[in-house]
Amino acid sequence: MSQPLTAVSLSGVTKDFGRVRAVRGVDLELQQGEVVAFLGPNGAGKTTTIDMILGLSKPTSGEVRVLGIEPRAAIARGLVAAVMQTGGLLKDLTVRETVEYTRSLFVDTKPTDEVLATAGITEIADRKVAKCSGGEQQRLRFAMALLSDPALLLLDEPTTGMDVEGRRAFWQSIRQDAKKGRTVLFATHYLEEADQYADRIVLVSHGTIVADGTGSQIKSLASGRVVRVTWENADTEAITRLGGVDDVEVRGDQVYIHAKDSDTVAKYLLTQTSARDLEITAKGLEDAFLSLTGTTDSTDSTHSTEGAQS
Amino acid sequence: MSTAVSTIDPTARRVPPLGGFNLTMLGIEIKRMLRNRRTIVFALIFPTAMFFVFGSGSGGNEPLGGGLKGNVSAYVMVSMALYGGALIAASGGAMVATERALGWSRQLRLTPLNPVAYIVVKALVALTMAGLAVVVVNVVGALKGTPSMPTDTWIYCALLTLLCTMTFAALGVFIGYLVPGENVMQFLGPGLALLSLLGGLFIPLTQYTDSIRMIAYWTPMYGVAEVSRAPLTHELPWYAVVNAVGWLAIFVLGAAWRMSKDTQRV
Repeated sequence: MSQPLTAVSLSGVTKDFGRVRAVRGVDLELQQGEVVAFLGPNGAGKTTTIDMILGLSKPTSGEVRVLGIEPRAAIARGLVAAVMQTGGLLKDLTVRETVEYTRSLFVDTKPTDEVLATAGITEIADRKVAKCSGGEQQRLRFAMALLSDPALLLLDEPTTGMDVEGRRAFWQSIRQDAKKGRTVLFATHYLEEADQYADRIVLVSHGTIVADGTGSQIKSLASGRVVRVTWENADTEAITRLGGVDDVEVRGDQVYIHAKDSDTVAKYLLTQTSARDLEITAKGLEDAFLSLTGTTDSTDSTHSTEGAQS
Repeated sequence: MSTAVSTIDPTARRVPPLGGFNLTMLGIEIKRMLRNRRTIVFALIFPTAMFFVFGSGSGGNEPLGGGLKGNVSAYVMVSMALYGGALIAASGGAMVATERALGWSRQLRLTPLNPVAYIVVKALVALTMAGLAVVVVNVVGALKGTPSMPTDTWIYCALLTLLCTMTFAALGVFIGYLVPGENVMQFLGPGLALLSLLGGLFIPLTQYTDSIRMIAYWTPMYGVAEVSRAPLTHELPWYAVVNAVGWLAIFVLGAAWRMSKDTQRV
């Protein structure tokens, strides 16, 4: 048998909104059965990119393919589904009517009763959507997304509002379906969730992919430690000359030195300078995220664009 | 296949015929409209009541005169059917904008449903509901027995009325975009009542002063009212036809313009 098709492929994809470039050249390939986190701060271009994978908008340049075909063609075949966080439901329909309505639009689907049972919403099948709680509406959205047995599932902040138990059960079922070949791409800004549940993390910032790998690979990308010392009249240039120093920040008499080789820095500071009160801390995924996405000096132009989109 | 993960063959999946158009969807859409109590009261019960008040009293039996085969009651019945049909078609049209605001349109874009099939379904729902409104008033009229006109005239009037209601389906879509929110009918209800009053649906234009009548000729309900009653009255001024066609064009273009403006949001 030939090599399995790439589930999602983006090559050289850009997207402009007027004069603002929301996506600045994204190349990405997702394999079938992968669970991938699309991680990045608000305004990084996540929603814009997902909209292009869904065929809701066209890239300004570059190419998007889902299982080797155009996104719209993949949607027409029921190969793609997405679950958004809010909206997307008619309040005056019952839960059952909503499932039947959606089901009627696809060729190959499971029976309504089975879909309702799997989603655990059989009891509320005759309830109006307007009278359903947020959690019940979310289960309905999942029922709608899964009824065509999609090959690609896109999720936007999927577990927002779920309790710990619900979250675990949710990811368990997602992983099970991934074993059957379903590719899952979920947008999130929860680092923990990305780290715990994704096979792979794609980190986006300012419209480009800044890192792509497993959780531990991402962490090691921004490896190193922070050495903090109290040091009046700090000679920052001397520190910078030491090997493996990434960054030196001076805040009053406090000096923060970001370094790969913290031992050398510490040895130098304590023996060659007047620095005292030394402290060394390791960076976590949070720091990796911040240093890779550069959220501290976020530009607001991309931010406002995505806000207008969602 | 040796890999642990099984793979999916996209060619094994089929595309639905007719762009996803189907009767289940159409049925649910019609059920939604019938469940809306406000729509039913304003589009079915109110026009029927108006017919009873204006068209079935002692004055209703009076012939239209001028050698025409019909009476005042028939004239009022056609007008009321148009009013009910226009109102329900407008509320159906307004649902398009509401559904976009709710994100339902976006949800539908993630299914195989073709946008053209969606518009066709919406048009069919508006047509069906307007048909229902027209039929209700006509059946009540027939049962009451006051309206009198030849059967073929009766049928032509009903069909023309139904056709004319589509102007207001387009108006509904247009207003739906201009007035966001789920209660567009709060604008459309009184608005259409005013237009109907001006257009001569509730009171014949001959009862108005010249200045009001000159304004009335320019309003959207005037033209379609004249067109709907033409088989009965045997008269159709050229400016009434221009009015009917003109307003249809304005509302369709307005709706299309707002819809295209809105595509960024999907």
